[in-house]
Amino acid sequence: MKIKGTVWKFGDHINTDDIISARYLNTTDEKELSLHCFETIRPDFAKKVKKGDIIVAGENFGCGSSREHAPISIKGSGISVVIAKSFARIFFRNSINIGLPLIELKEVDEIEEGDILEVDFSVGHVKNMRNGKIYKFNRYPEFLEKIIESGGLMKIAEKYVKEIEKNENPKY
Amino acid sequence: MTISQKILAFHSDKKEVLPGDFIECNVDLILANDITGPLAIEEFEKIGAKKVFDPKKIVLVPDHFTPCKDIKSAELVKKLREFSKKYGVRFYEIGRAGIEHVLLPEEGLTLPGQLIIGADSHTCTYGAVCSFSTGVGSTDVAYAMITGKLWFKVPETIKFYYYGRLKEFVGGKDLILYTIGKIGVNGANYKSMEFTGPVIENLPMDDRFTMCNMAIEGGAKNGIIKFDRITENYLKEIDAKFEIKLDLKTDSENDYEKIIEINVDKIDPQVASPHLPSNSKSVWEYKDVKIDQVVIGSCTNGRISDLRKTAKILKGKKIHPEVRCIIIPATQKIYQEALKEGLIEIFLSAGCVISPPTCGPCLGGHMGVLSKGEVAIATTNRNFIGRMGHPESYVYLSNPEVAIASAIKGKICHPEEVI
Ligand code: SF4
Repeated sequence: MKIKGTVWKFGDHINTDDIISARYLNTTDEKELSLHCFETIRPDFAKKVKKGDIIVAGENFGCGSSREHAPISIKGSGISVVIAKSFARIFFRNSINIGLPLIELKEVDEIEEGDILEVDFSVGHVKNMRNGKIYKFNRYPEFLEKIIESGGLMKIAEKYVKEIEKNENPKY
Repeated sequence: MTISQKILAFHSDKKEVLPGDFIECNVDLILANDITGPLAIEEFEKIGAKKVFDPKKIVLVPDHFTPCKDIKSAELVKKLREFSKKYGVRFYEIGRAGIEHVLLPEEGLTLPGQLIIGADSHTCTYGAVCSFSTGVGSTDVAYAMITGKLWFKVPETIKFYYYGRLKEFVGGKDLILYTIGKIGVNGANYKSMEFTGPVIENLPMDDRFTMCNMAIEGGAKNGIIKFDRITENYLKEIDAKFEIKLDLKTDSENDYEKIIEINVDKIDPQVASPHLPSNSKSVWEYKDVKIDQVVIGSCTNGRISDLRKTAKILKGKKIHPEVRCIIIPATQKIYQEALKEGLIEIFLSAGCVISPPTCGPCLGGHMGVLSKGEVAIATTNRNFIGRMGHPESYVYLSNPEVAIASAIKGKICHPEEVI
């Protein structure tokens, strides 16, 4: 899979309150959440973000609460992938589980706001179109790759549910 | 293996696991609240699931925007209520409930050796009773409600060894703020924090809950404290029924990834300045920080001992005329106990507001939201930008004694300065 998009650059420790403020957590609607994505720290984000755009950030992206509303609002706003030096743990799980691609990359400091990146997941490359530089990233471990390939955690659960209906003792 | 690794191995029917292994585990308890529960229920229904794996092991607690602050939050809680009726899972109605992470241990639902997940980052609180408990997302909860299982990556464990003598007014909150200040907000990312040493061995249960509660503020997957005499007495006191089926001790020092030793002799009460919990310093370094609001409550410091400590300093004094002081007993039981002991009377006479048990202002939900430019000191666990209201408001974190002393003086101060 290949993706091309424009970079929105963020710093270190972007927390889930920065991504979606708690005052909007009284809804679960992806569209509505995406309207308030990054509202506190980048008020223009929701208006200007285009489908396919890419977030590039520093350390510990997504730290803070467990709200899945955070990756949902990012996905809902059209962001195709988040690239960061590192991710907070629960944000990482949530993104895998809902199918928002994440990439860990050490060299994010060389990428600037407005750069256009081309991401090739099949080979694990990020190419910066501004200067032609190519960065390698590690693909997911096999276990997680399986969840993603299945289409997310709920797709696996769906199979399980069907299995139960057929057979009272499924072997999962 | 460390305690955390042993609990994970036990629940995946393996003799041994190694850090970095991906495993699937059986879970003993699943928690969701009024923010994360509805999302999990939607996922559950979307794929046509018809039953939960075990209704007794699922708990839904509406505590964030309750008593419901608006129509939207009322709809969310309704979703939990209806799901609980349909599938027979536990649901705690307001008036018989409280903040999830204080309520569940109080109800005897969190027990040693268990594997607990919750769609709330502070689920790590129950490490205090020596369970492996960790925050997950709503999809995780939906999956686990159906299958009774969930995937985990086995974490490394960092051992924190506390020794020395605690100064007066220094407790669990100060130790954890100090520790996070030392390691940073991602100092333990993906890892277990195991709190050990002579100081922890003598630390009361409430302080242990506070420490494990904030393990996530260091990025950790879980915080955990060895099962000992204090845990055992506590569980007896609340009449919890339990049986320990595995050896809850870390085998050897070599099982830790790292050992961090902390001498507590010189630790003063800590205050973390905006906008990170790791910005912690001695309270003496805050010379002239005027405050508008004080919040004493939350899953970190809304327990009965927190209210007792608060009342002890406040008794016979008044809240500063320019300060609003909000006190939130974390559960119905704690509220009643505070009433019985006369604490509520002390708070009311001094000019405090008593809120019903709720998360409320801790996440800027309701019951004390800050306006632009306002400053608060709170016993909560996060001081991120806009956490308690306006993006240009400021939250300082502290223990209850520092918070109430500051409420009396009108600016951040050491409890000594008001007694
Ligand atoms: S009291 Fe605050 S930190 Fe605790 S569960 Fe409620 S919102 Fe979260």
